[in-house]
Amino acid sequence: MSAILLVRQPGLHTTVQDLGRTGAQRLGIPVSGALDSTALRVANVVVGNPPATAGLEMVGLGPTLEVETGSARVALAGAAATLIVETGDGARREVGGLQSVRIVAGDRIRIGAVSRAAVAYLAIEGGFDVPLFLGSRSTYARGVFGGFEGRSLRPGDRLRLIEAAADPRPEQQLLGVEFPPAQRVRVILGPQDDYFTAEAIATFLSRPYTVSREADRMGLRLEGEPLAHAKGYNIVSDGIAPGAIQVPGSGQPIVLLADRQTTGGYPKIATVISADLPALGRVLPGMTLHFEAISIQQAEKLRRAEEAWLQSLSSRLTPVRAEGLDLERLLDANLISGVVDAIRPSDM
Amino acid sequence: MDSTPVSARFLAAGDTALVVEFGDTVDRSISNRVLALAAAVEALSIPGVVELVPTFRSLMLHYDPVRVTHDDLLAAVSPLLSGLAAVHQKTRLWTLPVCYGGELGPDLAEVADRTGHSEPAVIDLHTAETYHVYALGFLPGYPYMGDGPEVLSLPRRETPRVKVPMGSVCIALRMAGIYSLESPGGWHLLGRTPVRLFDTRRQDAVLLAPGDKVRFAPIDRDVFDRLMAEADAGVLALAPTGQSL
Repeated sequence: MSAILLVRQPGLHTTVQDLGRTGAQRLGIPVSGALDSTALRVANVVVGNPPATAGLEMVGLGPTLEVETGSARVALAGAAATLIVETGDGARREVGGLQSVRIVAGDRIRIGAVSRAAVAYLAIEGGFDVPLFLGSRSTYARGVFGGFEGRSLRPGDRLRLIEAAADPRPEQQLLGVEFPPAQRVRVILGPQDDYFTAEAIATFLSRPYTVSREADRMGLRLEGEPLAHAKGYNIVSDGIAPGAIQVPGSGQPIVLLADRQTTGGYPKIATVISADLPALGRVLPGMTLHFEAISIQQAEKLRRAEEAWLQSLSSRLTPVRAEGLDLERLLDANLISGVVDAIRPSDM
Repeated sequence: MDSTPVSARFLAAGDTALVVEFGDTVDRSISNRVLALAAAVEALSIPGVVELVPTFRSLMLHYDPVRVTHDDLLAAVSPLLSGLAAVHQKTRLWTLPVCYGGELGPDLAEVADRTGHSEPAVIDLHTAETYHVYALGFLPGYPYMGDGPEVLSLPRRETPRVKVPMGSVCIALRMAGIYSLESPGGWHLLGRTPVRLFDTRRQDAVLLAPGDKVRFAPIDRDVFDRLMAEADAGVLALAPTGQSL
C-alpha cells in the first residue's frame, strides 16, 4: 500500500508539477511544468529522485500536509520558505530548505509564506502517484487536466505517493544554493523583431520593465515605456517558444511562461534564454527587470554550464549532522561562531 | 502540391526553438509545405528535437539545446526544403454533426442578416465546404480551419463573450473553429457539435490533427441531445470517414 499525505490546508495555489508535457503542442496542449524548473530539480536531488520527478509547486503560501499512512521523505526548495515538522507527540521543529527530512504517520509538515519569490517546491522521495497524461504529471488548471484531478489542492485531498515508505537513512543537504528572482534577463532578439522600430528595440534593451499584478503561470504582463510596432501588431499565428516576449497593441510586453498557449498572433520582440527562464519564474509583481540581448551561441554556452552545474549537485550533497539543528548552515552564515564549541564539542 | 522551389526563412525563437517560415499569409499551399516539412523532419528523427508545431505559415521545432545546437539544426533541416514537393501525405476526413441556430447557435441569425442570406442558406454555405485543419492552438484541441466561403466572411465580434460553451461551432473572417473547452471567445457561433474535440478519457484525447479535413453535417435538436448524452457518457463512437487529398 502506498503512503498517503492528507491535505489539511492547501495553501494558495499548490499544484503537482514536473518538467512539463512535451510532444502535444501540435495538438494545442500547453507544456506547463514547474515555473522554476531549477528549484524543482534541486529539490529532487536532495531527496534522491531523478530530476524530472513530479513535486508540489507552491505559490504565495504553502500547504499543511499530514502523513496518514506510511512514511515519506521530503525536501523544500525556493527562496525563504521553511518547513515546520510537527510530530504526533506534539514536538515541533523547523527544517531549512534543501535538507531532506523523513516524516511518518501522524506527522504534519507545514510550509508557511513563500515570500521572497513567486514559487517554492516540495519534492517527495519517489514522487506522487498521480496519473501520467500525455507523458507528464504536470497540472494544467485551465484545461482541468494533469496532476491531482487537474486542479490545485483542496482541504481533504489525499495525495498517494509512489513509495509505500521511506527507509530511515542519513538525511542529506545541499549548501550554498540559492534561488534569487531574475533582475537582469538575457534574451535573443526575434523571431519578430522586424515588426518593431529600431527605437522600440533600443528602448526594450535599455529601459526598466516592472512586473505587473497580472502575473501567473501563463505569463508576466510587464509595465514600462511602450514599444512601438513598425508594421502593425497582428501577425498570422505561429508557434510560441518558452520565454517568448509578445507585444500586443498596448506596446506593453508580456513574457510567456509554463502555461502559455502553444500558438499566438502577436509579434514577439525577443525570447528569454533558457538558462534565465527558471529565475524569471520566481519574480513577483513590483519587481523590476532589465533585458539584455545576447547571441544564440552565448545562450547555448550558458545553458550547458547551467546543466553541468545541475548535474554536479548530487556529488555536493552532505549529510545532515545534528537532528533539528543545521550547524553547518549556521556556521556558513557565521551566526554562531562564539558558541560552536559548546554545541558541537567532539567533532570539530 | 506544386513543385516550384521552396523559399523559407529560418528564425530563432530563443535557444530552444527554431521557426521555419514559408510565408506570412493564410494559404493552403503554404500550409501543405509546413506539413510536408514536419513529416520530413519527423522521418529524420534528429536527436535533441523534442517536438514539432505546425502553424498556418511556419513550422516550429522545439529542441533541447544541451543535445543539439541551433547551427546543427539549421544544417540538418535546410537540405529538406528542396525535396518537399515529393512528399505525399495521407489525410483523414472527419464529418462532424452540428445542430445549427437557436440557443446552440446564437449568432446564426446575425450572420445571416449581416451577410444578406437566409439562415438555411448560411447553413448550406457552411456545410458545403471541406475544411482544412491548418493548426491547433488557442485551447487544447481547438482547430483553426479554412477556408470558409468569402460571402460569410465577418470580422470577429467587437465584444468577445466571456463564456462560450464547449462544442460551439464558429466562424470569423474565412476561418472556422470549434471550441474544444468552455472558454472566452470572440468568434460567431453558428451551432454546436456533440462531438468532443478534447476528452481526457480517450486514448487519443485530441480528436483532430494538423492537416486533417473536416466537413459539417446538420442534425436536429433531438439527434443532438441523444448524441450529447452519449458524448457525456464517453461512448460516442468516432472515426474518420475516409481519406481525402
